[in-house]
Amino acid sequence: MRRAFLILVPYIWLLVLFLAPFLIVLRISLSDPALAIPPYVPQLDAAEGVWPGIVNLVSQFDLENYAFLTGDDLYWKAYLSSLQIAVVSTFLTLLVGFPIAYGMARAPVEWRATLMMLVILPFWTSFLIRVYAWIGILGTEGYLNQLLLSVGVIDAPLAILNTNIAVYIGIVYTYLPFMVLPIYAALEKMDDSLLEAAEDLGCTRTSAFWLVTVPLSKTGIIAGCFLVFIPALGEFVIPSLLGGSDTLMIGKVLWEEFFSNRDWPVASTVAVILLLILIIPIILFQRNEQKQREMDG
Amino acid sequence: MAQPSQDVFAPWEDATEKPLIRFKNVTKRFGDFTAIDDLTLDIYAKEFFALLGPSGCGKTTLMRMLGGFEKPTTGAIELDGRDIVGVPPNKLAVNMMFQSYALFPHLSVYDNIAFGLKRGTMDKADIPGRVDEMLRLTRLQQFAKRKPHQISGGQRQRVALARSLAKAPKLLLLDEPLGALDKKLRQDTQFELMDIQEKTGTTFVIVTHDQEEAMTVASRVAVMDAGVIVQVATPDAIYETPNSTYVADFIGDVNLIEGYAAIKGNRAEITWAEGQPVITAKTDLKAGTKCTFAIRPEKVAITAEEPPENRANRVQGKVLDIAYLGNISTYHVELPDGKVIKAQTANDRRIARRSFTWEDPVWLSWTDTAGVVLTK
Repeated sequence: MRRAFLILVPYIWLLVLFLAPFLIVLRISLSDPALAIPPYVPQLDAAEGVWPGIVNLVSQFDLENYAFLTGDDLYWKAYLSSLQIAVVSTFLTLLVGFPIAYGMARAPVEWRATLMMLVILPFWTSFLIRVYAWIGILGTEGYLNQLLLSVGVIDAPLAILNTNIAVYIGIVYTYLPFMVLPIYAALEKMDDSLLEAAEDLGCTRTSAFWLVTVPLSKTGIIAGCFLVFIPALGEFVIPSLLGGSDTLMIGKVLWEEFFSNRDWPVASTVAVILLLILIIPIILFQRNEQKQREMDG
Repeated sequence: MAQPSQDVFAPWEDATEKPLIRFKNVTKRFGDFTAIDDLTLDIYAKEFFALLGPSGCGKTTLMRMLGGFEKPTTGAIELDGRDIVGVPPNKLAVNMMFQSYALFPHLSVYDNIAFGLKRGTMDKADIPGRVDEMLRLTRLQQFAKRKPHQISGGQRQRVALARSLAKAPKLLLLDEPLGALDKKLRQDTQFELMDIQEKTGTTFVIVTHDQEEAMTVASRVAVMDAGVIVQVATPDAIYETPNSTYVADFIGDVNLIEGYAAIKGNRAEITWAEGQPVITAKTDLKAGTKCTFAIRPEKVAITAEEPPENRANRVQGKVLDIAYLGNISTYHVELPDGKVIKAQTANDRRIARRSFTWEDPVWLSWTDTAGVVLTK
């Protein structure tokens, strides 16, 4: 009884907070836009009873919006471009995050809590404010250009803001903790004597790193990559604020369909397809987590 | 049987023998703390050498210096006549078996053993043969494909041993190799270790805090205390003729009696308590001095009847406590002046037929060669 209850709670949670909204989005994606409130048809008409109303509603659903999405190359270009930006920025986050996690795990024990705190600290400020702050740093008149000009590295200000580079910087900055924390967790568990053993058996410091440290932090690296890749793929705040007009990301397209075009059905269709694309990495991520748990025994 | 004098393995007694390892006035400091203090020691090829001492005595530091993991602050360490100070671990023909075993969790048993071989100069085609040989030596053939977390503690210990022996090192270092095993398994493994050491002919240096383990496996034992070696000798010499009260007390059980030794020829007559007969013991001492008389409990005979007059030392007391250990019993006997002496006898008769028990008056006696007179 107690067990059944304990299992039931998370399932109800998932049902209410995930499945129900998803079904609403799916239902809108199968509808047609309309000048009404809410701005789509058909609506449930229960005048002849609930069941006939539902049957009538479902019979009017169609896949027109899905067909439309495949027809207009804007959408698949946006998906591809998002995929590319997400992959590149995940890789960049890994490049920046791994050394940070490594440094934290190798730091003296009494320092680690403080370092961990510093990694988490940015979460205490609103994400939006932090992204706005980057506008101030990266702009033509921004701090970065001022610094580089005053040092004399450059003669004319660099155009970083409103380019894909600014988007990469924004994503790497925002999602860095999601990369650092799982890798740190994996590295911290590692026994130092493993590296000594590798050296004892003929490894140099570098080869010991590649043969022991990296394989042992593999699950952490994979977890970190998914935790960055999944939200980065649908990201819209960073590309809208830091990216240029040519920065094409599906999150931004979705936002514009929804708020500028007020085409809820197409926006919902974009969202459903985005979710379908994400299911594969999410399943892979779950597999990785499970493997880690098995290894920990 | 062959002539024992020719059979006994004792290179340390042969002045022409060159040691494999030489520590020359080695000192190691960590900040203000002196871990090793001006230590000089020779270890010979094919020895099974034990470094024994309480935790913090510097035994692990000494071993880590041999492995190339630590550099001495001053002094020199030679391996096979070559100075190894500053040579990194991957350039030394020395392998180490770690206390935690340090098996690579992401690699199978086979790949763990092959790890060192793949980093070495061995021909790729010869590696599987060598790994199989190691698996056979440690009886791990059927576990080759398993990961370290899928085998038992004892098996893991054998994988660690196989991995560190695979490269056929000149010297194998074992850091508390049996510390994580339970007592029964530990005893079996001790014999296995000795067997493998003999089969491979490798020089073993083992670090342990377990004196029984050191006595069982080692050809020689170095007893360490606070960064210095107190005594280096064969296990029987360490036990029978310790050179100091520290060694006598650290190894096994002992009665320590403080007194003053007067020398009569090759004997010492030790005055140790008023109203008690002097203890006579054979000694090399030349002049009278303050001393400690050390005698092992099993060398003190305990009887209900008065022992014959010709026993060199006889005292009377009463049984205070009995520790019954099955095969042996230890009796705590209180002498009239309050001093408690431990005597041990083998229980070769049924316990019901024991002729004395608590509070009974008994005689303790020992010969003049049973104990040693210590001045340190």
